[in-house]
Amino acid sequence: MLYREAGQFKATYAEDSQIFPIRQDKIGFWLLMLVFGVAVPLFTNEYWLKAILIPVLIFSLAAIGLNILTGYAGQLSLGSAAFMAVGAFAAYNFILRIEGMPFLVALVLAGLTAAAVGILFGLPSLRIKGFYLAVATLAAQFFIVWALVKFPWFSNNSSSGVVTAQDVTILGYTFVTPEAKYILTFLIVAFMALLAKNMVRSSTGRAWMAVRDMDVAAQVIGFRLMRTKLLAFAVSSFYCGVAGALYAYTYIGTVEPEGFNLDLSFKILFMIIIGGVGSIMGSFLGAAFIVLLPIFLDNVVPAIFGDSLGAGFVSNFQLIVFGGLIIFFLIVEPHGLARLWQIAKEKLRLWPFPH
Amino acid sequence: MQFFIEVLVGGLLSGVMYALVALGFVLIYKASGVFNFAQGAMVFFAALTFVGFQEVLPGWLGLEADSSVVFWLAFLLAFIAMIVLGIATERIVLRPLVNQPHITLFMATIGLTYVVEGIAQMVWGANVRGLDLGIVDEPIAWLMDNYEVGVSKFDLFAAGVAASLVALLAILFQYTKVGRALRAVADDHQAALSIGIPLQTIWRVVWAVAGFVALVAGMIWGARNGVQFALTFTALKALPVLILGGFTSVPGAIIGGLIIGASEKLAEVYVGPFVGGGIEGWFPYMLALAFLLVRPEGLFGEKHIDRV
Repeated sequence: MLYREAGQFKATYAEDSQIFPIRQDKIGFWLLMLVFGVAVPLFTNEYWLKAILIPVLIFSLAAIGLNILTGYAGQLSLGSAAFMAVGAFAAYNFILRIEGMPFLVALVLAGLTAAAVGILFGLPSLRIKGFYLAVATLAAQFFIVWALVKFPWFSNNSSSGVVTAQDVTILGYTFVTPEAKYILTFLIVAFMALLAKNMVRSSTGRAWMAVRDMDVAAQVIGFRLMRTKLLAFAVSSFYCGVAGALYAYTYIGTVEPEGFNLDLSFKILFMIIIGGVGSIMGSFLGAAFIVLLPIFLDNVVPAIFGDSLGAGFVSNFQLIVFGGLIIFFLIVEPHGLARLWQIAKEKLRLWPFPH
Repeated sequence: MQFFIEVLVGGLLSGVMYALVALGFVLIYKASGVFNFAQGAMVFFAALTFVGFQEVLPGWLGLEADSSVVFWLAFLLAFIAMIVLGIATERIVLRPLVNQPHITLFMATIGLTYVVEGIAQMVWGANVRGLDLGIVDEPIAWLMDNYEVGVSKFDLFAAGVAASLVALLAILFQYTKVGRALRAVADDHQAALSIGIPLQTIWRVVWAVAGFVALVAGMIWGARNGVQFALTFTALKALPVLILGGFTSVPGAIIGGLIIGASEKLAEVYVGPFVGGGIEGWFPYMLALAFLLVRPEGLFGEKHIDRV
């Protein structure tokens, strides 16, 4: 009854092609922004900000990156964590080695570095596809982490490759409190998500989807495969790189290359499978789900089965639940949580008169 | 020169062990078109189940721990566990996903990896265990004395096992009724179905055979490095073997394994020192990648033809 576009007429093309064509959606979106941008930092405690909200935002950004590559352009990648590592270490080195480097510029440069590396490892995608490419992206994963550990220059000669992120300062203001860091992360992620949403709605995104659906056919009707694929790799790596830099600067604080291992890559892949392959909104839902699930299990499993089982049981149980959920989602709802949301919206438009 | 030969032979023999793992991938890919990422987890699961039974069986049956009865009984029980796992996978994971894109199935097997690893450790615990096959890991004295080349007995044994396994599989594929059905399914699912080959039975058989291969690979790897979680990472090394050899070829898996094993050891010894060592972790992938740029379908893979 409330959620209906009756009476909202589109008189121009610009009105017709906006992101939220229905007024209720627009109001809902701004409400959401207000809640997460203003109310949340004001009213939640430090634990929620540090352990849940900031990582959810950062992983959402990484998931958007992978979603652009896998969900929109159809190139399966198992190396997203490595590109996050490139971003994190690039930001560290730019700030360390260039006097007076502004944080936001370093962030963009870190993203660009990751994008350059991404293009390099995207080159094989021009020749190979499918599983062969998925395995090839593992090369990026192992090689990048190895290089970051082996060459001490990257970590400023720190003995074990561990680096401590410098203070984040923008225009003389230093972001120290979790609230400030949260708001900074929130603004960056919101901006980049909007950018991604517009990218996938434009001709760039349509080119990616054409290549995803059938690259030979896309080539035949005039899409330049090389440009399209490499652009997808570059944009995806850019997003992962920025996510990695934020991971180091606003979330963890100290990072080591080994932290960006294959497990993290899989985690990001799971986020887009559960959230929704080929959906920006799904990236957020998936990231929230994957971050919250272990915390939920940690609290619930001992409550149900008792404390006697020990930490090993809980972590194994987590593995099984993770894997089981992936299989469950792939079988029952291959388009993920985003699709459920869409179905709910369609139902809501007809409610309470379904005919 | 002797050193070179020693490194080369050592690499070739360790390549055989990669090939053992890669073999399981190829079997399942050939028959069902599924790239089973969980093969590594299955190797781990099989080895852990075998060792686990070896530990508990003497207590249950009142036998000596090192008697051969216990060994073979544990082997049998682990094999049965692998068959059950294969059938359960076919029933719960594959059947609902029939006709889905290959990539979806691949991602489902990544999920399966986590489930199998979780179950294995939940049942048997996460402790590192030794596995004794009764073959010592020492150089063969005769070769050492006459040619001063150190070749491990254990590696040679592993190579022998791999060779007999391949021979066994070749016989199974070429000369039995089931094998003929397997080859038909691998060629064309639809055509096989239409002449009355029961697809699901065949898939179960393939998963059981892949489980057997995983068991053998797991026992050999386990005897080499101990049965531990790291086994699942070792199995990742089978992936470059796979893309080098081609997904659909059993000989490809063997030859790919030999190439990867030898080149990785040679690179580690001759190139490694210049870049700080530890390049074994990614070198096989880079090699396979470089190779794919020249020949995208691998050494023996089927040529992929794109049609609109």
